[in-house]
Amino acid sequence: MTNNLKLNQTLSAKSAGPKKRKIASLDRRKARAGWIFVLPFVIGFVLVYLPMVFDSIKLSFTELKYLPGGGYDPQWVGWDNYKEALLGEYAENFIKTLGAGLLKMLFDIPAILIFSLFMAVLLNQKMVGRAAFRAIFFIPVVLSTGIMESIDAQNILNEYMDSPGGIDDGSGSSAATEIVTALDIQKLFAGMKVGTKLTTYVVTMVNDIFNIVNRSGVQMLIFLAALQSISPAIYESCRIDGATSWETFWKITLPMISPMILVNAVYTVIDSFTTNSNLVMQYVSEIYTKSGGQTVSSAMAWIYFMIIILIVGVIGAICSAFVFYQKRDM
Amino acid sequence: MNAQDTQPKVMRESKNKIRVDFERTPLLERLKAKFLSVYFLKNVVWYIFRLILLIGIAYVVLFPFLTKIASSFMAPEDFIDVTVRLIPKNFTLDTYKAVLSELGYWKSFVNTFTLSLSCALIQMFICSLIGYGFAKFRFKGNGILFLLVMLTMIVPHQTLQLSMFMTFRYFDIFGIFQFLAGGGITLFGETFLEGVIDIIPEKTKLAEIWTPYGLNLCNTYAPLIIMSITGLAFKNGLYIYMLRQFFTGVPDALEESAYLDGAGTMRTFFQIILPLSVPMMITVFLFAFCWQWTDDFYTTMFFTSTKTELLVKIVGIPSSLKIDYSGQNLYYAAIRNTCGLVIILPLVILYLFCQNFLVQGIERSGLTAD
Repeated sequence: MTNNLKLNQTLSAKSAGPKKRKIASLDRRKARAGWIFVLPFVIGFVLVYLPMVFDSIKLSFTELKYLPGGGYDPQWVGWDNYKEALLGEYAENFIKTLGAGLLKMLFDIPAILIFSLFMAVLLNQKMVGRAAFRAIFFIPVVLSTGIMESIDAQNILNEYMDSPGGIDDGSGSSAATEIVTALDIQKLFAGMKVGTKLTTYVVTMVNDIFNIVNRSGVQMLIFLAALQSISPAIYESCRIDGATSWETFWKITLPMISPMILVNAVYTVIDSFTTNSNLVMQYVSEIYTKSGGQTVSSAMAWIYFMIIILIVGVIGAICSAFVFYQKRDM
Repeated sequence: MNAQDTQPKVMRESKNKIRVDFERTPLLERLKAKFLSVYFLKNVVWYIFRLILLIGIAYVVLFPFLTKIASSFMAPEDFIDVTVRLIPKNFTLDTYKAVLSELGYWKSFVNTFTLSLSCALIQMFICSLIGYGFAKFRFKGNGILFLLVMLTMIVPHQTLQLSMFMTFRYFDIFGIFQFLAGGGITLFGETFLEGVIDIIPEKTKLAEIWTPYGLNLCNTYAPLIIMSITGLAFKNGLYIYMLRQFFTGVPDALEESAYLDGAGTMRTFFQIILPLSVPMMITVFLFAFCWQWTDDFYTTMFFTSTKTELLVKIVGIPSSLKIDYSGQNLYYAAIRNTCGLVIILPLVILYLFCQNFLVQGIERSGLTAD
């Protein structure tokens, strides 16, 4: 096809030339228009973002000396900051926080994914007051961010209001303030042989429900959008063939939204890593203020970032092995 | 049941009129068939179960807000009274009065409103431009650029905190501002041509911002506006992704017909595509506005001076409410929560109006991973 075109072009350059060039230039014009549309991002990325990332990496290899007149003088120290972060005075705390933070994240991801998928499926069904429930569940997405999160982070008010007896300045949660105790769950799981680890996981998950509900808003929206995009005809034909709702969920719904599970898993990791309540990030900014704007915190942040990228990569690799892409005509 | 056995009676009343008489199943039978079936029972049980579940989780979502609202009306005495929980005994509006009058609420409100509105409008517009560019144009580097957009979302802004602050504290593009203000040109670590041009008059307001080290953009709206214009602000990657998915779902035929009628790409975008995508744009606007409104990461980083009044900075204890008694901590926590409440009150009103668009916009986006 292309060969033919080229041949034509060379053979009858005079007659077909201008027309051909016009077609080519339309393509090129469209490509140029595309560049114009994304130009703000390209300019910002090259002029602001790239220097920023580059500076941040460079800063993690330097030590800052603040000049009296304003301004600063970076001095190259090589891998010292990284050494200090992993081996120096902050090392023990840093590694401990890192481990705790990563463990918490790994536990939170399945909880948030399962919860948001469950809620999306529930909210996708036709029922009375669906709009009202949707409005309620998306409240945290819009309102419980930033300053509200900071206020709620060390809020003794919720515990106080929740507890039946008086507590003195929220000196810790009593057994009564927890929604579910390990005892209840253990009773529930007594017959099934699931082991104590799963039990404690479920207990911590249920008690952390405030946190999980607050953080699964965007994921819920994404799942909801994915559920809406599944053609009702598929469900109809399933029902005609006699499949129960349970079977339909596992054989139709789950495979159809599996790409979104991947997207949501990645989003959850990134989101949990950028919120204020993140343990490691809290520790890093604490070090930043404690050391008077020193660059050890920069090195720590980059170490953490590298680990996160690794986790995102692993999650991506695991999920994409199970993701089902419906063949669609694009 | 018995209606099926007997054929309906057809009677000819007149030349072109007939009357059909058939025995209907009695009402009781019909009701029995409808309400006493397993199918109906299952539906009812499922309905009740679902309702309880949803109400329970809605309670979990709303509980923090309920406690905030309840405690904002409580007088200090209520916090040491163990019998008082969610309903205040000594109802008072003092907390609200003090928070609204003493912390500079209205001025901060106007400032935050200007900042959030401008940032949200710019982000909405810029992100839809970028998203449209990624969705509808195939150019070289399209995929790589989109990956870079995702990268800006993945790299947390906390990691870049220090260098972001430095970038906008000493803002400069290729050293131009520095050079014009009398600084030198720095190339490969060497500075030369120092003090050749100095167009900035000394001891003016401009000179405070425009220093020989570059522009000092702290305590102005400029850093956030610049980041909004370039699509680098908070969660803009998410907006670009959402809008890209939305625009991918818009049929190409629409644009083609616009092109055929002689419209350029820009005109097609503004007159055909933008009016179509209003729900999605409102969704993005709502996110951008609310997240900018409550944001305390950028505002505390860029607005270092105490002079700039913004809503997120008013959280504190008004001096008229400072008291010394045993329930103090709890009372102060309640005051801080009241501050939070008055901060998000405008957002609640906005949300009530926009939440319909939020769900619609998301549903129509047809978010798919491809």
